[in-house]
Amino acid sequence: MENIADNFPFVASALLLAVAFYIVIFRKNLIKLIMGIAMMASGVNLFIVALGYRTGGNAPIYTDVPPGPMVLSVPQALTLTSIVINVAVLALMLTMVIHTYRNTGDIDSEKSRKLKG
Amino acid sequence: MLSKIVRTVANQLVLFILIFGLYVIAHGHLTPGGGFQGGAVVVSGVVMLLVAFSSQDLKKSVRERVLSIMESTGALIFAILGFAGLGTVFFYNFLVGSPIFGRIPPTGPNSGDFWTGGFIPLMNFAVGLKVIAGLSAVVLAIALFARGEEMEE
Amino acid sequence: MRRAIGLILLLVLAAFLVSGMLLVHPFGAPYPTDMDDYIIENAQNQTGSNSVVASVVFDYRGLDTLGEATILFTAVTGVLLLLRAQKRKEGGS
Repeated sequence: MENIADNFPFVASALLLAVAFYIVIFRKNLIKLIMGIAMMASGVNLFIVALGYRTGGNAPIYTDVPPGPMVLSVPQALTLTSIVINVAVLALMLTMVIHTYRNTGDIDSEKSRKLKG
Repeated sequence: MLSKIVRTVANQLVLFILIFGLYVIAHGHLTPGGGFQGGAVVVSGVVMLLVAFSSQDLKKSVRERVLSIMESTGALIFAILGFAGLGTVFFYNFLVGSPIFGRIPPTGPNSGDFWTGGFIPLMNFAVGLKVIAGLSAVVLAIALFARGEEMEE
Repeated sequence: MRRAIGLILLLVLAAFLVSGMLLVHPFGAPYPTDMDDYIIENAQNQTGSNSVVASVVFDYRGLDTLGEATILFTAVTGVLLLLRAQKRKEGGS
């Protein structure tokens, strides 16, 4: 049980991922689905950043840094890459939803006849 | 189009947002931030203009060709800088020790010298250019498409 | 029925995720990583940049950033292309 209290950021990212999976599985609105995918990305980013944290660590930037250990830097850099990719993919997905709305007249993936099945 | 108060404030504020974004891009090798973050700040200024004014007003002043050229230029600078260090290894930081951005900071905590970092400031600039142009193009294209128009060439 | 199966699967997935998270190292004390220590120690001398994250993004892992830039470029091109193709089709018909 104390393990849960210690690892709370990891558990929080897992719960965020679970909520995002709920949204992706059960919501039929395409916009909400994209929100779920964005939440999933946030959960993964939170997990990666939390992996590299050291207790009492500073951000790994040497400009006027107070004394102390430094947080691992490679997870942060890869999270930065991941955020940029998420923005790009999100823009592309939203454009596809606009396209779907113009073509089928609905953004509900069950009601729209062409997307059913 | 919103009221005159909002338009005036947005008109004054966009300059400061632009300067702050460029500051974040330029100091990417010294402070938290960098190309993408600064570019996102600048694009938030563009979004503010888009909310305050109508998208037709922005359509007159921003052309798709300009944004396209900006983004391609950023990507090209980035790729060329990557390939330029190929004599040693791909993405070798060949500018360390050279007159431009070549100073090496003292090891450990220091108060930041702007002319350090090798090609990292140039790369930040390239990525910032790319992000500004790309995200502005996306936002403007979606905003104009909602009104049934498209960007001018 | 489908909803019930989905809920059960979701609960199993959530339990799997949370139990997996409990097996990770304790928060704030990562396992010793030679790569990160090396980068934090030598980034200033090798790349001349005060910001270790910037030197990882653009120098040590520059290839990843090249891929990221390519993805951003492709996504923007795709957005502009999709929005324009729609317009042309409406005008033509």
